[in-house]
Amino acid sequence: MSKTREILLGPIFTNNPIALQILGVCSALAVTSSLKVTLVMCIALTVVTAFSNFFISLIRNQVPSSIRIIVQMIIIASLVIVVDQVLKAYAYEVSKQLSVFVGLIITNCIVMGRAEAFAMQNPPVPSFFDGIGNGLGYSIVLLFVATIRELTGSGSLFGFEILPLVTNGGWYYSNGLMLLPPSAFFVIGGFIWLLRNAKIDQVEAVEYKLASHTNSN
Amino acid sequence: MSNAKDSVSRTVMVALVLCVVCSVIVSTAAVLLRDKQQANAINEKKYNILAAAGIEVVDGDLDAAFATITPKLVDMRTGEFSTDRDVNKYNMRKAAKDPAQARALTREQDIASIRKQSLYSTVYLVQGDQGIERIILPIHGYGLWSTLYGFIALESDFNTVAGLGFYEHAETPGLGGEVDNPRWKGQWPGKKVYAEGSYEPIIGLIKGKAEADELYKVDGLAGATLTSNGVTNLVKFWLGETGFAPFLANLKAGEA
Repeated sequence: MSKTREILLGPIFTNNPIALQILGVCSALAVTSSLKVTLVMCIALTVVTAFSNFFISLIRNQVPSSIRIIVQMIIIASLVIVVDQVLKAYAYEVSKQLSVFVGLIITNCIVMGRAEAFAMQNPPVPSFFDGIGNGLGYSIVLLFVATIRELTGSGSLFGFEILPLVTNGGWYYSNGLMLLPPSAFFVIGGFIWLLRNAKIDQVEAVEYKLASHTNSN
Repeated sequence: MSNAKDSVSRTVMVALVLCVVCSVIVSTAAVLLRDKQQANAINEKKYNILAAAGIEVVDGDLDAAFATITPKLVDMRTGEFSTDRDVNKYNMRKAAKDPAQARALTREQDIASIRKQSLYSTVYLVQGDQGIERIILPIHGYGLWSTLYGFIALESDFNTVAGLGFYEHAETPGLGGEVDNPRWKGQWPGKKVYAEGSYEPIIGLIKGKAEADELYKVDGLAGATLTSNGVTNLVKFWLGETGFAPFLANLKAGEA
């Protein structure tokens, strides 16, 4: 039980795929300008990671190692297409905003990374939970970034106005930079900084050391 | 053991089975969900048309709100209604890409940078007790990053704007993306497109703020000069000579 718990909750803070492993940052930049879209993206990615892990683990003993990456890609790609189709049918508005980024879940390093690193060595059920856990780890970073970006960039959360904008007769001058992808870098950087302040063991060893000065004066 | 797993025949077998299983799953999903997706796309379009015309959707009943609207085909060469094609199946965007169904525009004509214009356009008439109350025209053209697709609605004098809205674009959020801002869109109703007795559109966005009593000027989008120019150009194009001006003239004369 405690092992499942570790698999499920570990990736959220202690082994976060974005903050510690710095994977899957691309979509974190692209879809985080509004919370609603981000939430759908998180759910889509979590579902894909969980099920791709599950199915890949299910057939892991049958897969010849020479084509294992292709096999993983086929499974992931099929799941992504199914998710994309479901979104187009049941969440049309959001799927239009996500457009190409749902398709790009295929290339998301987290999905491939977990398939290769975990699902190929572990039984289906733990693999499934590992997928959920990593999806949650991804989600928590994205939701954090999206909250900050939508609030400062559009003055709203989930589309509801929190800070009335000047353009709508309020007082808040929106920060346009926060709506553009680069701002996500700053926010993710901030998230990693906060996380590593709390969990000092995640701080990487310094790769170089400043030598003391040689000037004898 | 590992030899058997990695043998060529085994590899081909696994690949084959997997491909078949996956393609069955994917195509099943696509087929099962197709109706719902198409319904979504149609509703989306209806919603945009209604939004441009300023018609409110009551209780989410799209079809009831759409009941007063009739789609019609207009032949862009003659400026008259046409029944050459089935209006419910006709797709302007597809037609514009087909050389047999579109015409190339010259440099002088092509102020909206769309290169090709479909020969037929779908327009939407809002029918009332006294004939046409409003007319909704499709418009599109290039902004800064993307082609903006939208609708402009005119009152029954075919000169006063009833509304304008874009349903698809990829302009910069917060700058050019402000074409979606309801406050900006709210300026359009009441503006006039043509001067009295002319069919040369003079409406357009200006730099800065337009005075409220200016009939032909709309606020520019702050920080988005190129998107603003794009919107001016595409409105001028579609309401101009190569656009709907001949049709509107015919309609006014009762000869469309």
